Amino acid sequence: MWLKLAALLTRPATKYVFIALALVFPLVAQNEYQIYVMASAFVWAIAVYGLNIITGYCGQLNLAHGGFFALGAYTLGLLTADYSWSYWPAFVAALAMTAVVGFFVGIVSLRLKEHYFAIFTLCVGFIMYMLMDKWEELTHGPVGVRNIAPPNGFGLVDFTETTPIYYLVLVFLMLTMWFIGRLSRSLLGRTFTAIRNGDELAQSLGINLMRNKVLAFVLSTTFAGLAGALYAGMVRFIGPEDANVLHTFDMITYLLVGGIGTLSGPLVGTIGIVWLTQSLQFMEEYRMILFGPLLVFLVIFFPRGIVGSFLSWLHRRTQGKAEAAAKAQQSRDTTGRRVNNNA
Amino acid sequence: MLQLNNVDVCYGSFKAISDISMSVESGELVVLLGANGAGKSSLFNAISGLIRPSAGQIEFEGQRLSGLKPSGIVSAGVVQCAEGRKLFPQMSVMQNLMMGAYVHRRDKAGNRRHLEEVFELFPILREKSDELASALSGGQQQMVAIGRALMSRPRLLMLDEPSLGLAPLVVRQMFDTIQQINSLGTTVLLAEQNAYAALKIASRAYVMEGGQLVMEGDRETMLNNDEVRKAYIGA
Repeated sequence: MWLKLAALLTRPATKYVFIALALVFPLVAQNEYQIYVMASAFVWAIAVYGLNIITGYCGQLNLAHGGFFALGAYTLGLLTADYSWSYWPAFVAALAMTAVVGFFVGIVSLRLKEHYFAIFTLCVGFIMYMLMDKWEELTHGPVGVRNIAPPNGFGLVDFTETTPIYYLVLVFLMLTMWFIGRLSRSLLGRTFTAIRNGDELAQSLGINLMRNKVLAFVLSTTFAGLAGALYAGMVRFIGPEDANVLHTFDMITYLLVGGIGTLSGPLVGTIGIVWLTQSLQFMEEYRMILFGPLLVFLVIFFPRGIVGSFLSWLHRRTQGKAEAAAKAQQSRDTTGRRVNNNA
Repeated sequence: MLQLNNVDVCYGSFKAISDISMSVESGELVVLLGANGAGKSSLFNAISGLIRPSAGQIEFEGQRLSGLKPSGIVSAGVVQCAEGRKLFPQMSVMQNLMMGAYVHRRDKAGNRRHLEEVFELFPILREKSDELASALSGGQQQMVAIGRALMSRPRLLMLDEPSLGLAPLVVRQMFDTIQQINSLGTTVLLAEQNAYAALKIASRAYVMEGGQLVMEGDRETMLNNDEVRKAYIGA
């Protein structure tokens, strides 16, 4: 019974149920604040999907991800506030900026492996934060960027209101998930997985390591930039704190809790933790007393995250059932057919 | 076909391989015998370009491999099937095999043809093609590993201890298959500790000890050599 219910969740059609739920959410939400929280969870989820490409599929722990998120936000913010671009051209520029910077950071940092790569990108993220904080002529320093243009609406749609921006973000989230879904089923996605399994093994199959790693890195920073640009248009005020490395660690937490390297893990982790943090808001700084042990519990008992652990549980159960059925069949089979290949 | 001249490989100050010169001719099945730590895997990794030799030259069909990237060496036709199987456990058997066709990913028709050849060689893999690679037995996993290497369309296939950790009966089937692959036209360089079984299918053999080649000869010479018998066959 439970198994059947659980197996239902992995059906392709299930995603339409969740899309429908997301579409009706603003209608059933109790207040505008809830819609806003959900929209910002979606924005973070897009960034976490980006992180999942380089860290989840490709296995390289990128700690500059928050920096790229802020880079996207700043590109959009500064272009619209100081150079009076309108939103959508600036949006494209933000994507291009994060892709180009991602490329150059990638070709340098990906020469390093494992924790050296993580330390290097941690420094890159911190340099980005320092630039945003100290380069006052360009970035306004600690004051931050105000008067960021909202996305241009059309007709009666005004993206300064919460519900329209919720739907806008939802559209981009669905596009992101569609893209990542295609990617994970493609040869490119499997190439990334092959690299995670080991550099040498991937190379001995003829995979060009550097080219594929840089591609994964650029894809991931572009999604960070996409999320940052949406964030800037939604919040319309950004500061250097948005590049704080703590945001990177938040995103890694979302990814680990949801399930690293899985398709729905980033969404599950992000929405779950954002809502958990919100509902513990009344405890103020004491909420970490509850939050900390919960994380420890998750990491110990669900090391592959909620989605990853769920999938392997389901796989074990269905496999177990199939084997039991096969055994029953065999014991009925009195002729005792010999297995041809006992390898 | 493959020619090594005075090749050295160092890890830091430790010399894993010193002054190795050897050759493999087209169509041969050459066995490389040696105990653990003799340097067989280091030699394979040097040929595959995974480690750079500190001295000497490696040539394949007149082309120098030393300057090429590992991916370039695979494209040139030298493919290694590494020790210890090393499949992609989260992928199906079919996906594992298709990863082997990575350098030929644009030639879909050719890949289908080669996949068919692999399935003819290992019929069980056709049945198991949708199962996760990690769910297979050791022998079947080794078949996938060899099949994956064959999908790269090697002209020289290097097999690093394919019998490792397999049951004796499975080992015999494995060696039969390797001989079959060789007779179908792929040149094979086979690193083994299982000397007797390997020599039975070999055309020639080299013996490695402490990073150096200490002996060389054709099958009969090696099988009748007292030192080889004592050290590797135990008779």
